[in-house]
This record gives sequence, structure tokens and C-alpha cells, in this order.
Amino acid sequence: MKHIITIIKKEWAEVFKNRMVLFMISFMPLIFTILPLVMLYFTSQGMGDMSDISTADVPVQFLEVCGEGITGTECMQIYVVNQFLLMFMLIPVIIPVTIASYSIVGEKTTHSLEPLLATPITTFELLAGKSLAAALPAIIMGWFAFGLFLLGLPIIGTSAAVIDYITGLTWLLAILVAGPLMAIASVNLAIFVSSRVNDPRVAEQISALFILPILGLVFAQLAGVIVINVMVMLSFIGAMILVDIGMIYLGTTIFQRENILTRWK
Amino acid sequence: MIGTKDLTKIFTIKKAADIPAVVGLTLSVAEGEVFGFLGPNGAGKTTTVRMLTSLIGPTSGTARVNGFTVGEADQDIRRSVGILTESPGMYERLSASKNLDIYAHLYDVADVDGQVEKYLRMLGLWSRRDDPVGSFSKGMRQKLAIARALLHEPQLLFLDEPTSGLDPEAARLVRSFIQELRDQGRTIFMCTHNLNEADRLCDRIGIFKSRLIEVDTPENLRKKLFGRKVVFHLREINPQWAQPLHELEGVHEVQIMENKLVIAMDNPDILNPQIIRALVQSGADILFVGELRHSLEDIYLQTMRDTAEEEVAG
Repeated sequence: MKHIITIIKKEWAEVFKNRMVLFMISFMPLIFTILPLVMLYFTSQGMGDMSDISTADVPVQFLEVCGEGITGTECMQIYVVNQFLLMFMLIPVIIPVTIASYSIVGEKTTHSLEPLLATPITTFELLAGKSLAAALPAIIMGWFAFGLFLLGLPIIGTSAAVIDYITGLTWLLAILVAGPLMAIASVNLAIFVSSRVNDPRVAEQISALFILPILGLVFAQLAGVIVINVMVMLSFIGAMILVDIGMIYLGTTIFQRENILTRWK
Repeated sequence: MIGTKDLTKIFTIKKAADIPAVVGLTLSVAEGEVFGFLGPNGAGKTTTVRMLTSLIGPTSGTARVNGFTVGEADQDIRRSVGILTESPGMYERLSASKNLDIYAHLYDVADVDGQVEKYLRMLGLWSRRDDPVGSFSKGMRQKLAIARALLHEPQLLFLDEPTSGLDPEAARLVRSFIQELRDQGRTIFMCTHNLNEADRLCDRIGIFKSRLIEVDTPENLRKKLFGRKVVFHLREINPQWAQPLHELEGVHEVQIMENKLVIAMDNPDILNPQIIRALVQSGADILFVGELRHSLEDIYLQTMRDTAEEEVAG
């Protein structure tokens, strides 16, 4: 554990000296927090009262999520804000890719990998340290952004029904469980890619492909193909646990010290 | 400290012929010894160091380092040796002390702050401890990398090209520090291109090009390759004076070069007085006498030439 903490501290000491990385880590969550608040504000201001929920301009499947006792305006707001759920889930996926994709290939290019591997650190300790160093700030920023969003809801005059929906099980599972699981998967993919390529830019670009399935979910929901509810979220979490286990296994078994030192030129 | 038997490393590359980097290396390095590992670029020196520090595994053969077997107790080997890699590989955004602090923790050093301070002071970097390594000169980085290799007080050190790319002043500082380490009784396995440096610092030299070509003390290598030669500087020379010298037992060759006699012999301590007497009796005026000392560079180049000729021949 001591070695893992040392690697985390080392990574953070290096990464947080880079202003661009700091900007990436703080700017994106801020945008993802402000955008849904702005959308919610304007939908509540501009739509008036859509008391007949069946005429509200939302996909038919979504009417089940809105339930009874919710006005058309509120249902529309829930529909709109639900698109941003996936954006909040993207925060812990996008942020660590920058850090993690540089993780191994960066050490290769600066020749610091060899002295590091010459210490008594194990492969698991090295990868765990690097994964956590990339994933933790992203997870914390994701939670922080969600906290800011929750604080902003009453300020812009969001109705209690919409706030209840956002603080419900679907959203909490997504933010507190699915997000971190996705962060772990994306970080491990980025580190895996980073240990196989020679150029930090290539590592970053390949790792960024992990965002595509999530964007697919966004579009599927926008098109009304799926509606994210508790069951969908639980299934997604189950799948992510399997993906994480697979990625961690793949990362530790494929990370060959010898190949990385001798076959990267 | 180090013992290898038929240590071999062959790199296999897809769609290309195998590369035998190290072939059948059998070698032993004793405790407290400074061993110089000489060879041209691409000879397999770094691969050897990487195998002996458990960074990569051998294809065949065995190696024991500090009593641990490579491939079986790799963690123990890494814990017990210090390594200066070919490139310093420091974290440039971090300060000198932060760099050492990280490695002290990774080597499980008990008194991290104490050891970091000790080596920063010892290598003259204490006043720059809070500066980012990116602002350091090449020599300072190399010194910092040496400090990193010593933090956990290893008795066995691997130094891969310790003065490579340094200016003469920085190289001299690094060399004098290696001398200090030697005086402390540490065992040093040093890869170098600097033959002068190897001659001054090393107890024994191994000349290596994928396989071990020669290994001995610099002095013995000189004798083995060139024998011992003494130069007699005379005021003027008469070729007849060389004739009786050929008959002395232990004299192998007498060459006349301008007003000098260059004599290859077994033991100058015994033969020099006899030769001087013979020359004086012949009427020669001896100005001075000195032993012809071949540099390690001569030894190295001669060995490489012989090896190349052997390779061509067969």
C-alpha cells in the first residue's frame, strides 16, 4: 500500500504542475454543471404550463418515467435534465484519460520508467498507483460537479418534483456507482494503451475512443430508443463491473516489464 | 556478489532474425571489486546490466546477485542493488529533493529525510534541493541519479556509462565520487566507453562484444597482449650493441627506433640492470630508461581487432 500511495503522490505532484491538465480537470465539470442549470432555467421560464402531459413533446417511453402527479412542464424538464445524466457520467471518463494515457508512455519518453521499474515495486502496485492517481481526481470532480448542480437547482427555482427525480435512485446510482466504475475502466484502458504505444498523443487518441459507447447511450436516449431508469442503470453497473474486472486483469497480465523496456523504440 | 554461468539473452523480433545480445556470459565479481565492462555500442552491456538487476530475464543460463537468483528472487535483487541507468530519467517538473523522496519511499528507506539530505549534501546539490530538475545541467542530473542509486545504501552498484555526455569538469566530479564509493568498499559494476576512466577506477576489466572476450586486471591484459617493453634512450646508437642483448634469457625482441632501443622482456626488474651493464660495456651513453606502458585504449582496440580477425577467419 505504501508504494501505491507513493506512486499516487508522484503522479499528482507531476500532473498538477501542468496548468493545462488543471484547466481540463476544472473547466469541463464546471461546463457540465452550468449547462443543465441554464437549460432547466429556460425550460421553466419559457414553456408556461403544459398541464396535459400527453401532449408534452417527449418520447412516449419517457412518460413512464415522469409518472403521475407531474405536470407537463416538469416532465419536459426531467426529460431534458436526464440527457445531462450521461454528461455527468462522462466527467469521470474524460478527465482521467488525459492523465492516464500519458502515464506509462510519458515515463518511456522521459526515460524515467527504467529506474522506476528497477525499484522493488510490483507491477500491481505500479498500475494501481497510476490508475488511482488518474481516477480519483476525476471521480471527486464528478461528485463535486453534481453537488454544485444540486445546490443550483433550488436557486434557479426548479420544482420539488424535478429535484426529487434528480436525487432519486437512478441518478444516485449513476453518479455514485456507475461513474466511478466507468472511470476505472477508462483509466485502465488508457494505461493499457499507454503501455503499448510510443507516443503520448496516440495513447490519448486511442483512449478517447472509450467515450464512444457513452455517446451512443446519449443518442439512444435522445432518440427514445432507451430510457434510463433504475433497471437500466443496475444492468449498466453490472456490465461495468465485468468490464472493470476484465480491464484490470488485462492490464496486469499484459504489462510486461521486459517488453516495455526493450521493444518500444 | 555477482556470479553468472552461460548467461544468454536473445531478442526475438517478428519477421526478423533473432538478435543474440548476450551469449554464454560466465563471470564472477567479488565483494568490494570495481569491475569495468567495456565494449562497443550495441555490444550487450546494458542488456547484461538489465539482466543482473532483474529488469529483464535471461533466455538461458543463470545469474546470482547478492546471493539471490535472477528470475527467482527479482524483488530481493532490486531491493539490494543500486542502478544508475544510461539516461538519468528524473522527473523534470519535480524538485531534486522530491525526486529522491519518491525513490526513498519506493526503496522502503527508514529515514527518508535523513538519507535525502545526506546524498544531496554529499553530491553538492543541497542548495538546489527545491529547484525543478528540469533546470539542472546534465552533470547535476547525473549526480542526482547517482544519489538516487545510493539512497537505500546498496553494497552493489551498477553504473551504466556514468560519465557519458558530461563535460570534463562534471566527469571529473563523478569519477571522484565513484572513487569514494570504491574506498567505502562498495562493489561496482561499471559499463563505460571511457577507457581512461576504466583504467583508473577498475580492479578488473571485461572486454565484451555479445560474449566475454577478455577479463583480467588492466595490468595483466597489458602483459597478455603486448608483453612488457622497456625503452632505453641512448645519445647515439650502434646496431651492433643490440646483438648481445638478444642472447639474454627472458628478452624476446629488440627493436631499434631512431636513438632508442625498445626491448620486449619478461621481467624488467631482473633484466634491466643486465641490459644497462651490457650497453655501458659496449660504449653506449644511456640518457634514461622507461617502461613503455600501453594505454587501456591500445588493449581495447587490439582486442577488438583480434576478435574481428577471428570472426573473419572462422
